[in-house]
Formats: sequence, structure tokens, C-alpha cells
Amino acid sequence: MPWRSSLPHTLAEKILLAHSDVDELRPGDVVTVRCDVVMANDVSGPVAFRAMERMGATRVFDPERVVMVADHFVPAKDARSAELQRRLETWSREQGVAFYGQGRGGIEHTLLCEEGWVTPGSVIAGGDSHTCTYGALGSFGTGLGSTDIASCLALGSFWQQVPETIAVEVDGSPGEYVTGKDVILAVLAEIGVGGGTNAVLEFRGPGAEALSLDERLAVANMAVEAGAETGIFPADESVRQYLDGRARWEWRPERSDDGAELRQRLSIELSSLEPLVALPHLPGNVRTVSEAAGVRVDQVYIGNCANGTLTDLRQAASILAGRSVDPGTRAIVVPATQAIWREAAAEGLLDTFVEAGVMVSTPTCGACFGGSNGVLAAGETAVATTNRNFRGRMGSPEAQVYLANAWVAAAAAVAGELVHPREIA
Amino acid sequence: MRTDGTAVRVHGDDLDTDVMYPGAFLNIEDPAEMASHLFEGFDPSLRERLEGDTILVVDRNFGIGSSREHVLVAMKASGVRGIVGKSFARIFFRNCANLGLAAVRCPEAVDAARDRSRIAIDTAGTVEVDGRQFEAPPAPPFLLELGAAGGLVEWTAARLSR
Repeated sequence: MPWRSSLPHTLAEKILLAHSDVDELRPGDVVTVRCDVVMANDVSGPVAFRAMERMGATRVFDPERVVMVADHFVPAKDARSAELQRRLETWSREQGVAFYGQGRGGIEHTLLCEEGWVTPGSVIAGGDSHTCTYGALGSFGTGLGSTDIASCLALGSFWQQVPETIAVEVDGSPGEYVTGKDVILAVLAEIGVGGGTNAVLEFRGPGAEALSLDERLAVANMAVEAGAETGIFPADESVRQYLDGRARWEWRPERSDDGAELRQRLSIELSSLEPLVALPHLPGNVRTVSEAAGVRVDQVYIGNCANGTLTDLRQAASILAGRSVDPGTRAIVVPATQAIWREAAAEGLLDTFVEAGVMVSTPTCGACFGGSNGVLAAGETAVATTNRNFRGRMGSPEAQVYLANAWVAAAAAVAGELVHPREIA
Repeated sequence: MRTDGTAVRVHGDDLDTDVMYPGAFLNIEDPAEMASHLFEGFDPSLRERLEGDTILVVDRNFGIGSSREHVLVAMKASGVRGIVGKSFARIFFRNCANLGLAAVRCPEAVDAARDRSRIAIDTAGTVEVDGRQFEAPPAPPFLLELGAAGGLVEWTAARLSR
């Protein structure tokens, strides 16, 4: 990474400095940041294309750096959704940019990591708030609105107020049924849904390095739920191995300097964590699963850009193997990408799910955002491995959503109620 | 950027963009139709109180969650001219700046405002509520430039035609 400043800086500051034309920057400064990748989907893309036309821009800044993914209303839930998807595809072909169509990709954030678009030290502008997921691989991935994305498509850059950094020091090793989901829920319990505003969460320490990449994705994914720009892990050996033969461009590991100024330090001791749940209607409304036990559950939803990885599916399958979904409950599993779907099939996980009475879906954002594929009726309660439980998020405003890891979600499917997974296994 | 209008008080901290514009309607493209779903998951009756010269007066951490611009398109199509809040979520605040909607953080002005108060906003650093003036943190120079251009569409268009 080209380096100009001699002052100590955080990892996020270093990335922004390397992607701007200033010689020095401080939290609060507004800088112009160059994008390594610009991404949008079937909801944010078409809105951005119209804004781009109004800007008078006819071509993208660099077709090699633009990715479009059809994932939100897929398979099309109605004619309007189909029209958006058609426009996404047509535009992508005209512009000559990468396009992952239906049946050829999956949920954007898991997919872009899998496909090597996400590299440590890069800046990725995404037309989706969960673009912060890319921090799992050490990238400054950040979610933007469609007009921002239109300007990124035209100019290859966006304006950014330099965020402060909140260091989350993670130590110890997790007990059984404790995952990355519980790490980020513990952070949300501590700082709330506004505590990360104008900041980056940086996860570091031996406990952070011990988390698998799938679990880091779950952690980084919900940084935006704390209001943060992104949630970043310094790239380590496991990232290098993952990106070997996968990364689309060269990269170098980078980390925060000693003495770099921080807004706040948080400590998480993994061995003292329990499986956690976020109660309706806020991701920061966190309790232990034992405190929430006994809540009746109409639907279990395992999937989305936070927790639809092979790791999640393996956890869920190990609970559901040889058991059945409770007669009063329905369960849906949504592998995040086509590749994960195939691996899960090859491992026999999908068969385990179907045998237990689970619906296995094609990859889609689906019911996570109330689009289709499992939306909730008034009065219904769901346990979901997703990232948001706002009122009405998964359907009726009168429905209740509890956020949890895949162990807890699968245990709820078997028991028909919220229960500590050890009660099942 | 300056604007003025009549206050509509929206109560509640941490109001998310899902309750302001539910996901099921993200396949709608016509602004007028979007406006018919504004605040659908929270308080649909608020829609009837937006009378064409509205300044929304909101609490802390307004606009958390999804980056969907449909919220702002629906607000603008409903006659919302500006927002005064105790604080804003990051992407929502960006979207306001980009779409040329004056958004200012000023907790004192929020406390002073009532429904139907007359409010004037200057993003350079003041909010006036029924004739009383309050200081707000001035927008950084870049955001003032963006506001003067009319928003990011106009700003980018000017850059491209240079």
C-alpha cells in the first residue's frame, strides 16, 4: 500500500488514505475515496442506473471493477420484480460488467467473497447496507444509497467522512454453541444500535484470529446494526490461504499502528459468552437464549448474508439429523450461494434438512427483508439467523423476529420454541 | 442549503428505514406510488399530515438499517423539505445530502419544536423554530458544496462536463 503519513493510523484510516489524494487525514475529514469494486443488486441497481442517466454518464468508470448481482426478489416474486431483474441484466450486458444472474451466483456479500472480488486493504462500495460484510477479509466495504452508487459507477469514487475506530479486543475460546453471531450480538448489547455511528469496528486479538472466516462474515455483517461504516478484521494467515488462487488482484496485509487513536476499546472474552438472541424489534435488544427460552416459534429461517454459510448449515444439520421439525413449526434453510448449496448437497446436509421436514430454498435474500419466500403473518413469531428484526422486517408489522445463531435456530425448529441447543443435543 | 416549512413531529429513537418503507415495496419505481407506502410499518396516519411544506422533526439515530433510497424519494414526493433531528444514522444522512434534502442535527431545536411550528433550516449551522434561533454543527465544506449544487446527481453531472 502506498504510504505517505508518518503519524500512527488505524487500519481503516490507512485504507482510506491509500485510496485518496490527500497526504494526511483525521477522523471527521471529508475525503474522496477511490473504489476498487462497485456492487449493486436488483433493488439498488436499477435506481442507480436512472440516477446515472440524470448525471449524464453513459459508461461506467471501469467495467472490470463493477459487479451486479440479482439476489433480492429472486426468483422473481411478481412481474415488477422480474422487470427489475431484466433491467439489471440488460444494463450489465450493455456496460460489459460482471453479472451474476439467477442460478449463477447467490446472495451478493457471501458471493463476492467467494468469487475473489474482496481483498484485504480494498475499498468496496455496495448498494446494500450489509456491504460491511467485506470487513471480514480486511476490506473497507461500506453500504451506500443508489445515488451514491450511481456516482461511484460514473466516477469510481465517493465522498466519505473519515470514521473513528472502536477496537473490539476478542480473547479466549468459545464454548459449545457459541459462534461469531454471538460475538456481534454481544457488541450490540454493549454499544447499542447507535454506538458505532461515524466509527469502524475493528476486531482483533487471539479470539478474533481464532474465528473461522465464515464466523467473521457473520460478525462483520452486523457492524452496520451498530451504525458503523464497516466491521474490519486485519487479514491473517487464514485469509491468505482462503484468497490463494481466488483473489482477483494482489494485496498486502496491513494492520493498525500501535498508538493509533481510538474512540473506544471493548473487550470480549469468548469463554464467558453464551448463545445470545436479539428480541423484537431491535438488533441491540440482546438477551441470553436461556433468558428468552420458552417463546413459541412459528417459523425458523436459516440463511441470509450473515449466516447462510456452510458452517451455519453444518451446525443446523447436526442438530436436525435424525430429528424432526416440531409439528407446530415450519423451517426454511437458504444456502447463501449456489456453491454452498452444492457443497451442502454433497455433504448430505440438504437431505438431512428435508428428512427433518425443512424447506430447502434456492439462494435469495427472500424473507430476510420481507421480500418473498417465507414472509410472516400477523401474530407469528420467527427465529432467524438474519441480521435485522425491525418491526415488519420479515412481513407483518404484527410479527415478532428473534435473531440467533444457526445452532439456536435449528434447536428452536426441533423444540417448537426458543431453547438452549444443549437441551436438544 | 436553506429551506423552511411546517413541523411534523415524529417521535421515537432508532427509527429504521424498514418501518418507514417496508421491503415488500422495494420493487415500486414510481415516486407517487412510493409515497403511498411511506411510514407504512410505523404510523401510516403520518402520511395525511404531510402537507407539501413539511419539515420532519425527529429523535435520536433516525434512519437506521437499510440503504434504500425509496424512503427519501417517498418523503420528497410527499412534500418533505427538510429534517431536523437529535441525530441521524450514517447511510440515511448520506442519502439526504445526496438527494438534496436538508438534514440538520440540532437536539435543542427538536426539543423546542411542536407540531405545526414554523421551522427554517440553514445547513451552514442554524435552525429557527417559531422565531427562536438555535445553533447546529455546520456541515463540512464538501457537504455545503453538495447542497449548493442541488445534490449528488447535479454535482456529479458538473464534474463529468468539466
